[in-house]
Amino acid sequence: MYSAIVFLPLLGAIIAGAISIFGAHERTRPAVTNGHGHRRGRGHGEGENGADEHGHDHEPAAVGSRQAEYITSGFLIISAVLSWIAFFTVGLGDEPTQRYQVFNWFSSGTLSVDWALRIDTLTVVMLVVVNTVSSVVHVYSIGYMSHDPNRPRFFAYLSLFTFAMLSLVTADNLVQLFFGWEGVGLASYLLIGFWYQRPAANAAAIKAFVVNRVGDFGFALGIFAVFVVFNSVEFETIFANAPTIAGTRMQFLSWNVDTMTVICLLLFLGAMGKSAQFLLHTWLPDAMEGPTPVSALIHAATMVTAGVFMVARLSPLFEQAPTALAFVTLIGGTTAFFAATIGLVQNDIKRVIAYSTCSQLGYMFVAMGVGAYSIGMFHLFTHAFFKALLFLGAGSVIHAMSDEQDMRKMGGLRKVIPKTYWMMVIGSLALTGFPLTAGYYSKDAIIEASFVGTNTFAGYAFVMSTAAAMLTAFYSWRLIFMTFHGKPRASAEVMNHAHESPLVMLVPLYVLGLGALFGGMVFYNFFIGTGFEDFWKGAVFFSEENHTLEEMHHIPFWVVWAPTTMMVIGTAIAYWFYMVNTDVPKQLAARNDWLYRFLLNKWYFDELYDFLFVRSLKWLGRFLWKRGDGWLIDGFGPDGVSARVMDTTARIVKLQSGYLYHYAFAMLIGVAFLVTYLMFAA
Amino acid sequence: MSEWPILSTIIFLPLVGALLVLVIRGDDEIAQRNIFNVAVWTTTVTFILSLFVWINFDSADPGFQMVERAEWLGGGITYHMGVDGISMLFVILTTFLMPLCIIASRLTVKTQFKSYMVAFLVMETLMIGVFCSLDLVLFYLFFEGGLIPMFLIIGIWGGPRRVYASFKFFLYTLLGSVLMLLAIMAMYWYSGTVVPCDASAGGIAATCSTTDIVKLMDVQFPASMQFWLWIGFFASFAVKMPMWPVHTWLPDAHVEAPTAGSVILAAILLKMGGYGFLRFSLPMFPLASADLAPFIFTLSVVAIIYTSIVALMQKDMKKLIAYSSVAHMGFVTMGIFAMTTQGVQGSIFLMLSHGLVSGALFLCVGVVYDRMHTREISAYGGLVNRMPLYALAFMVFTMANVGLPGTMGFVGEFLTLAGTYRVNTWVAFLATTGIILSAAYALWLYRRIIFGKLEKGSLKDILDLSRREQLILAPLVILTLFFGFFPGPIMDVTAASVDQLVANYEAALSAAGQLASASP
Repeated sequence: MYSAIVFLPLLGAIIAGAISIFGAHERTRPAVTNGHGHRRGRGHGEGENGADEHGHDHEPAAVGSRQAEYITSGFLIISAVLSWIAFFTVGLGDEPTQRYQVFNWFSSGTLSVDWALRIDTLTVVMLVVVNTVSSVVHVYSIGYMSHDPNRPRFFAYLSLFTFAMLSLVTADNLVQLFFGWEGVGLASYLLIGFWYQRPAANAAAIKAFVVNRVGDFGFALGIFAVFVVFNSVEFETIFANAPTIAGTRMQFLSWNVDTMTVICLLLFLGAMGKSAQFLLHTWLPDAMEGPTPVSALIHAATMVTAGVFMVARLSPLFEQAPTALAFVTLIGGTTAFFAATIGLVQNDIKRVIAYSTCSQLGYMFVAMGVGAYSIGMFHLFTHAFFKALLFLGAGSVIHAMSDEQDMRKMGGLRKVIPKTYWMMVIGSLALTGFPLTAGYYSKDAIIEASFVGTNTFAGYAFVMSTAAAMLTAFYSWRLIFMTFHGKPRASAEVMNHAHESPLVMLVPLYVLGLGALFGGMVFYNFFIGTGFEDFWKGAVFFSEENHTLEEMHHIPFWVVWAPTTMMVIGTAIAYWFYMVNTDVPKQLAARNDWLYRFLLNKWYFDELYDFLFVRSLKWLGRFLWKRGDGWLIDGFGPDGVSARVMDTTARIVKLQSGYLYHYAFAMLIGVAFLVTYLMFAA
Repeated sequence: MSEWPILSTIIFLPLVGALLVLVIRGDDEIAQRNIFNVAVWTTTVTFILSLFVWINFDSADPGFQMVERAEWLGGGITYHMGVDGISMLFVILTTFLMPLCIIASRLTVKTQFKSYMVAFLVMETLMIGVFCSLDLVLFYLFFEGGLIPMFLIIGIWGGPRRVYASFKFFLYTLLGSVLMLLAIMAMYWYSGTVVPCDASAGGIAATCSTTDIVKLMDVQFPASMQFWLWIGFFASFAVKMPMWPVHTWLPDAHVEAPTAGSVILAAILLKMGGYGFLRFSLPMFPLASADLAPFIFTLSVVAIIYTSIVALMQKDMKKLIAYSSVAHMGFVTMGIFAMTTQGVQGSIFLMLSHGLVSGALFLCVGVVYDRMHTREISAYGGLVNRMPLYALAFMVFTMANVGLPGTMGFVGEFLTLAGTYRVNTWVAFLATTGIILSAAYALWLYRRIIFGKLEKGSLKDILDLSRREQLILAPLVILTLFFGFFPGPIMDVTAASVDQLVANYEAALSAAGQLASASP
């Protein structure tokens, strides 16, 4: 069954991919029946206006689009159903960890890497999240992408992504985890750049891949370090030996450092990249260039949470490295706050949600950092539902608005697309932590956990995440008010065109809406309530000193209410700004111009990185090429040598003047020297 | 030796093919087709025969297999052939790529078709010979002989600056080979004082000079002599690899060489350097290798970072891939001199995967070059609109070049880095930045060529891969993915020999360590 869960999406991807590639190839055949003129005409059409109106390209749909959609979606739904069965079998069963060997990937000396499925509670939680959201997104995409001519390719990518993500969460060792890790990176790259005719999409795709590679750089080094220290990359072996390694020191670069701290920090660098944490976050907002279902699946619910999953999976290591955990808390707290501040002022509906995702991931890392792994995983679980809901809802809005994404050109949509509106409201309620919705259970628990956390930055994270709770409420309602309330700001033409989405897009929203409303309530006891230990069965590890979950029961009253209070304040301000007195935001922005710009330009990270890395590397590349290779190496090497040889020979050539008297003179001198030498030598 | 001398058969079969090609007269279409058929069949049969080498190969045996030996020049210089886990797969790589190169050249070579095919067939003989030779003189002949056909291929069928490129190539390689020749002579004379004569020789002297590689492996050269011998071999192998800073011939050679020439150059000729390090430097001069490993590490890391950054800014597709090759070879030298099982095995794997992947990338460049007659990156863009199959193949090879897990490129890169991390964290740390840079230059290249709108008028009617091109690229795509998921067959072949190599190396070091500690 577990193999079916993991490999069905791969099968779907291969079939859809084959349909896509052969269809595309057929279309480029040197046409005999329809002459050159026709294709040329189409080419011009694309050149002029093809790119930006993706939904309304007049190119005919690829052959086999229907089949590709049904096959991939069907496989995914089967996978999702099986995942839920697995979830309850494993979650309520007694068996802690099962392992299914698929095959040996490679082995060299003592390094042996298997392909195996590791099934425990942590895995099945992720299986449920990934497959549920993915199947929902597959179905939704049938509607959302219905105008796109390249659907088989899109569905192939989606399923490929799902496969990579599943192999990531079922990984039994670090290298297999790395396979899934890079695999989702590839799928993300392909999907962000799905509309390859747009320069912005291509740039964003590359940025996502390269920034993730920066994280992977740390991840890879972490794997090497683990291999050298533990002589294995298998989780089972590593976890068993972690306590004996704790406290030892190792040589890293030029310093002698605590082994576990270094390993965990290196691995966490990978998590920072994949989960778009502070400093490595810049790719996530740009990734919104991809189609909206992609944003929901990859850049909200699943791939970006891989970093959180990794820390939870490696909790037996992180528990031995308090310094690393403190760092995780610091980064998490910072991201939660920092991303929320940017979200306040963005005008692109998808970007607001993207920064919100970034911020919520920060929350999850705060939970990880203070040792409340189960709470972090719980938030991951609930967040997947309501954030995917928000994205798909936003997709529905964009679909209705003829691909407009700027909220300043929306407004008044409540009446036009009421079903979408209510779904978005449910998503926002859950996100802001409205009592009894999913976010209420998980997010508030994180804030409480950070309050009782003992590491250096727990207090900092508490302040940051509580403040961020207010900001979250503000930007969420700002989004709702700007999009759905007030007077319509779009052109009359667009408004006349606006329509509620078809059922194939709405049903997925309802499914996610259910999750966003009740996911927290239903699963609270499983994840973090009473009996959470029976549920997890050691899949996430708590060391003896870790009392976070227990102490959460003894926190002051005001801490329990702090997040909710913040939520109310944030909501109230948003209501005041965007419903009651709509001039206030403009005045505020004008009065604090520099702050507004600072936030609007995302703290100028893109500009900074562009200057620090992109430009300087390009300059360095040109310098090394022209000066290093061209001037120094070639100049003193082959070119120099040949030039000197040419010079010398040119001079020698001059001696051969061809005049007899020159030669006679030279001979005479030579004879004179010879005679002189012989006389004196004798 | 009662068995059929299979190694000599596959070495000299292409030469026979070359002779057959030579006797075909005429320069018309029919003659060309005959020439082509002879070349294709020769190389294909050679490939099939070489597969028997793989089938009959005993992975558990770390020593040389299918050994052939005959008297040759006398004076200890024999005709001695054999393969072990280190060399065998390079033979297969050569014989596998050769038919693809021949097929790829069928329509692209316009002038002197006959000579071109002869040059390639002779080249194949020489290349296989290099990997099978177990005698220094034999090795030297094959190793340097390979220079001549390549020199001609670049110089006759190359691009506009072919003369400059071929002379640069020649100049660099010549410098290296002179020093290697000196080292070989020194080894020959020294062996005369220590290697016991064969019983059959029947001479009066107790020791005889020899150039037999197997015998020389048992000779312990004095530490100071090891240093100079190591330098002699290093000069030659470093140029062939090529290592920084003697790499500048490679981009020029690649740019000017015809497509198939680039493939052979990148896929096989470069591997001779790495193979040489494994065959000579490590087993014969272990002390010098240990002393000079930091030197190699430095050059490797510089190569990885420096050439990756330079690759970013290239405007010519072939140059970009050439620089990326230098960076990958940096991983190879680093892994070899880490002298751990993972490092060495990873290096061999990386050389093989780079052989397939870079060869394939050059073939991909050739595909569009044949259509548009330019390699300027800026001349392309949006090819995916018209060439989906091409885009797919190019994507697979780009990802393999980037080292994505699941492609062949990952395993080698990962193992070399893991092996190096054991020895030196600084080196591993700096080298790992290569995975970021490689992603940057490779994806940027891909984007500029494949993605985007198809705006350039000249590209509007460009055609997707023809049958012939599909036939060439399909096996490469399949193998790149297959060995990415199932590297086992390759790893199994190399394991025993590499284990022995590493064990011998460590034994030699510890023996020397004991001597040093015992002497005072």
